[in-house]
Amino acid sequence: MPKLTVPISDEDIRALHAGDTVYLTGVIVTGRDAAHKFMIENYIRNPVVAEAELYAELKRLLNGGVIYHCGPVVKKHDDGSWSFVAAGPTTSIREEVYQPEVIEHFNLKGVIGKGGMGANTLKACQEHAAVYFHAIGGAATLIAQSVKEVITVHKMEFGVPEAMWVIRVEDFPVVVTMDSHGESIHTKVEAESKKKLAELLGV
Amino acid sequence: MKDLNLTNDFVELVRRAATDLPADMEEALTKAKGNEESGSSAEGALDTILKNVTMARQRSTPICQDTGTPIFEIRYPVGVSTRALANQIRQAVAIATEQSYLRPNAVDSLTGENSGDNTGEDFPTMHFHEWENDFVHVDLLLKGGGCENVSTQYKLPDGGLKAGRDLEGVRRVVLDAVHQAQGKGCGPAVLGVAIGGDRGASYIKSKQQLLRKLDDTNPNQDLAELEERLNKEANQLGIGPMGFGGETTVLGVKVGTLHRLPASYFVSVAYMCWANRRASMDVTFSGDKVEVTYA
Repeated sequence: MPKLTVPISDEDIRALHAGDTVYLTGVIVTGRDAAHKFMIENYIRNPVVAEAELYAELKRLLNGGVIYHCGPVVKKHDDGSWSFVAAGPTTSIREEVYQPEVIEHFNLKGVIGKGGMGANTLKACQEHAAVYFHAIGGAATLIAQSVKEVITVHKMEFGVPEAMWVIRVEDFPVVVTMDSHGESIHTKVEAESKKKLAELLGV
Repeated sequence: MKDLNLTNDFVELVRRAATDLPADMEEALTKAKGNEESGSSAEGALDTILKNVTMARQRSTPICQDTGTPIFEIRYPVGVSTRALANQIRQAVAIATEQSYLRPNAVDSLTGENSGDNTGEDFPTMHFHEWENDFVHVDLLLKGGGCENVSTQYKLPDGGLKAGRDLEGVRRVVLDAVHQAQGKGCGPAVLGVAIGGDRGASYIKSKQQLLRKLDDTNPNQDLAELEERLNKEANQLGIGPMGFGGETTVLGVKVGTLHRLPASYFVSVAYMCWANRRASMDVTFSGDKVEVTYA
């Protein structure tokens, strides 16, 4: 079973190729639409004026780290702690306009999501040694079992799905579908299915 | 006037839909796994999906964290208050959210604020239909957002796709929709297709097709043939589970029709992820006795 521990080194990233299945262990952070917009507007494209503490914390967590496009179902326990009940990936392409800058700014090594991302993210993966990890969409209960601990949560004002959950995962199953060498399974499948469609439609 | 309090029964209906994938869907996924190349990413994806389905059922936790838009289709006899049932359904989704069967999924479109309990403006979706039977029948569909985003509507004729106003035109646009969706809608998919209607009615009808069992046969011979052909051809596109490439792109195609205006010919395609979460219940009553059965 090929395993990787977060934070991940550039060397380990370069050794990955599209089609590889890997199991991730370590501390990762969830972030989707609101979180990406927030990081871009408050930390990346503008000087940091507000929530500098969170900025420092994210810089630490995301350096060599992994962001997970996920809006979980959570449970709050009587002692105030949280656990993940269901936590599959959400569609990643919505973050395409933000992702390259987030990868570069925070030295992110991996993005977990579903559905794949576009040319700009693929380019950023090549330039900054990062990969796109595809989780199995909808496999939410199973993935929640690999979330061993909810360490903390930031930006709860975005709502449960959009908040930034800091979680410790163990053997989180993913498939590399975009590697740091410019290979994307999504581009390949898109092109092949387009050809087949043209055949079926006789155009 | 029949006073019914079905709040707890609606909670149970929601729990079943969110945590227990229908048997026909699970069978189709199991069969699909056998058709994929051994050791492929496609086979691995289906294996993970099937393990997840078993685990969600055993633990009574959501199959997918995106528990979707709850869509209720309610059939009721004369004398039942739809206003009372609507209130009970709203209460029930709030309770089911509290119990973590549903993710808080209702967001104010202007402020971005999440209501926290899955109730809001026209949320959840409910359609009431009075019928001649003497019992209540409720179908619930949980329609996820990722697959909703790749659902689409065509206006025929479509020059680019050479799709005219006939079943061949329908075939062409549906195949295009599957290609456009790629893996973004969490396939293998079930496709609900509606031909005709205005734009709004057409979309609703396309979603209602998703309530049909995978192995049912369309009573209209032409549509039955179209369903079978689309099922076969969509799978030839090779997009595969999750868009990883492979043999299984769709698990079923269901087509329905509505009358249309002479000027309009809409084809709506409701793309449903593999987690085609549907559940139903029947409520019979005689005197004070109320009996609820689920399916």
